[in-house]
Amino acid sequence: MRRYALIISLASSLLAQVPYERVLHAAREPQSWLTYSGTYNSQRYSRLNQITRTNIGRLKVAWIYQIQAHHKVETSPLVFDGIMYISEPPSDVTALDLRTGRPIWSYRRSMPAVPVCCGQVNRGVAALDDQIFVGALDAHLIALDMKTGRVRWDVEVAAYKTANSITLAPLAVKDKVIIGIGGAEYGIRGFLDAYDAKTGSRVWRFWTVPSPGEPGNKSWSGDSWRHGGAPTWVTGSYDPVANLLYWGTGNPGPDYAGDIRKGDNLYSDCLIALDADTGKLKWYFQFTPHDVNDIDANQIPVLLDATFSGKPRKLVLFGNRNGFYYILDRLSGEFLSAKQFATQTWAKRLDERGRPIRNPVTAPSREGATVYPDDDGAANWYSPSYDPQTGLFYQNAREKGAKYFLTEAPYIPGRQYLGANRQSLNGVEPWGALRALDAISGDVKWEFRLVTPPWAGILSTAGGLVFSGDMEGNFFALDAVTGKSLWRLQTGGPIVANPITYMNEGKQFVAIAAGSAIVAFSLDQ
Amino acid sequence: MVRRTFLLEIFWCAVGPTCFSLSGQGQAESVRQPPATPKDLAAGERIFRTQCASCHGQRGEGGRGATLAQWRLPHAPNDRAMFDVIKNGIPETEMPGHWYTSGEIWQVVAFVRRLGRIPPQKVEGDPSRGEKQYESKGDCARCHTVNGRGGALGPDLTDIGARRSTAYLRESLLDPEAAVPEAFMQVELTTQDGRRIMGVRLAEDTFSIQIRDLSGQFRSFFKSELEQLNKQPGKSPMPSYRQLFSGRELDDLIAYLHSLRGSP
Repeated sequence: MRRYALIISLASSLLAQVPYERVLHAAREPQSWLTYSGTYNSQRYSRLNQITRTNIGRLKVAWIYQIQAHHKVETSPLVFDGIMYISEPPSDVTALDLRTGRPIWSYRRSMPAVPVCCGQVNRGVAALDDQIFVGALDAHLIALDMKTGRVRWDVEVAAYKTANSITLAPLAVKDKVIIGIGGAEYGIRGFLDAYDAKTGSRVWRFWTVPSPGEPGNKSWSGDSWRHGGAPTWVTGSYDPVANLLYWGTGNPGPDYAGDIRKGDNLYSDCLIALDADTGKLKWYFQFTPHDVNDIDANQIPVLLDATFSGKPRKLVLFGNRNGFYYILDRLSGEFLSAKQFATQTWAKRLDERGRPIRNPVTAPSREGATVYPDDDGAANWYSPSYDPQTGLFYQNAREKGAKYFLTEAPYIPGRQYLGANRQSLNGVEPWGALRALDAISGDVKWEFRLVTPPWAGILSTAGGLVFSGDMEGNFFALDAVTGKSLWRLQTGGPIVANPITYMNEGKQFVAIAAGSAIVAFSLDQ
Repeated sequence: MVRRTFLLEIFWCAVGPTCFSLSGQGQAESVRQPPATPKDLAAGERIFRTQCASCHGQRGEGGRGATLAQWRLPHAPNDRAMFDVIKNGIPETEMPGHWYTSGEIWQVVAFVRRLGRIPPQKVEGDPSRGEKQYESKGDCARCHTVNGRGGALGPDLTDIGARRSTAYLRESLLDPEAAVPEAFMQVELTTQDGRRIMGVRLAEDTFSIQIRDLSGQFRSFFKSELEQLNKQPGKSPMPSYRQLFSGRELDDLIAYLHSLRGSP
């Protein structure tokens, strides 16, 4: 009897290698990296402390996996049970042996020509039970057998012929797979979807641009809601106690020609909180009402329980593309504070409820209007990190402006729907910085200057380290307390990805996508 | 409109010198390059401004996308190649394919080809005399390259006549700092052992900088080795030729530079 029980137990564990409970408690097994941001609270912080400030000088390349596509690689790997799972551009998946970096299986998807604004990229996969999930550029969601990479199911999320596309890593929650959509630059209507992980059938959809009769639709003039954008192309966070998903939404469409869509344009440039079971909206907070500068809120919401103004609060921290660092109450959506963390000129200030007082001269015009940040933002999709040991929120900031000239913006399916074009600022060299903000006050405690605006995410660890990279190929580690540079390696390719860390055979590793390779590091003997 | 475009395409294919097939979106299309009329150029400009300029810049000066205002485009050495690039994108880059009609693509090609291409202008001077000034009195080849010969401190001038107007060339000779090329950066650095070095930046990252010093020698420094790094945007080591050349000599030199148009 005990033998049968053992067999059944073994069989079920093989069938469900990553049950929901394992992802839910990901912080308890820091040797793995089980979901996009490491844990549902998206702090991208690891309790691993084998690699420290004092021994970081011994960090060496353990292995390199070369991706055969020479496109930029934005993947944030998952790691568990001796295997690393990565996505490759445009929408492929590979499982790698953790010991050697050798591929075990690959899923290759043939891809039609899909119009995308910003590269045929993919930021990673999700794992649940015995399946790996990937969103594809042609707006499909695919479930793969975790052991073989074979397709279990493949569903169309939206029509790619109207320029819907998927580049984000899905988020697996309970028995569902949550997936967003991209394509605001082509006039899509945004949404967030949940699919049954076993069958691939859609469980709910939340339209981020409400239709007539729905709350929020009146914030769009005329029929402009039909191509209103508000995409959901960066993976969100999840609070299991509140059972709420937190997801950033992108710019309204057309990006710059605001006269076509008068009003606040809900729920563009918002943080939305949705019931994970039903997709019902619990609250929203709009960072940039009636955005005309393409400063969408597709960033990572970082969840933190902390004391704020003397009271214990459940917070969500948000380093926004618009140049402000926000703190909201994550149960109610109440605005608590905001502080500028990078150069911005689009807002004169924020009022006491966090609503911006616009600087009208920064709106695109026929003559050209200069604004900071440019449409790549003061921040972008790449991940920040929160370190509970230092109480610091690490944010890569982009210092770059541009001049915008209004153009016409006819909506034609599959074509760009922008309404302006940009011109670089002559004689002004853009730059960047990794900034450490006091998570509660938002004050900048230190910064590490980067020669060009970054596109890399940040990882902090209990070893007192902060890892990130630059566009010139340096992967580096800083002292988490002081920002002092402690270690670096020139990888030879731009770093446009988020770092992760994990353990294998008793050793801590740090991994990053650089150029078109995945590089894993560990301490030498 | 679709029907009209289709008929036009058949016409182009039947009578034109070039005819080839594309298979975007699963449909084979036969296309050839029509002659570009002023109307086509205006239509191409309209498409460029709404669809292309957000990445390539208002005047094709580049930005997120490549600089198009230049003589040679590595991915589009000829018009047919540019048609393919617009239609299908460039694999493994951020340049996407586009779902335009063939006629629209040719309109964009015609417009883009005119970006950054200065048509031949009437000039006062004598280019052959100007070439002599370039080599002797001006000593320009010490810093500039033409057809693979010359120094490397300043920009390559092989196709400068196709890229810059005569007015720009005159201004650059008289007042070199009036319009320093984008991405050109003069630097002055001091090492920890007290050496002061002037040069032009070749590359830089967060931790290091590579320069060519004023003698033309390549040098590489980790920033941790430097006492001071002074970047001088808008500055140029090129002297003004206002005092050196007479008005006629200047005209000759400009005529020579204007004649440098690279290989089409």
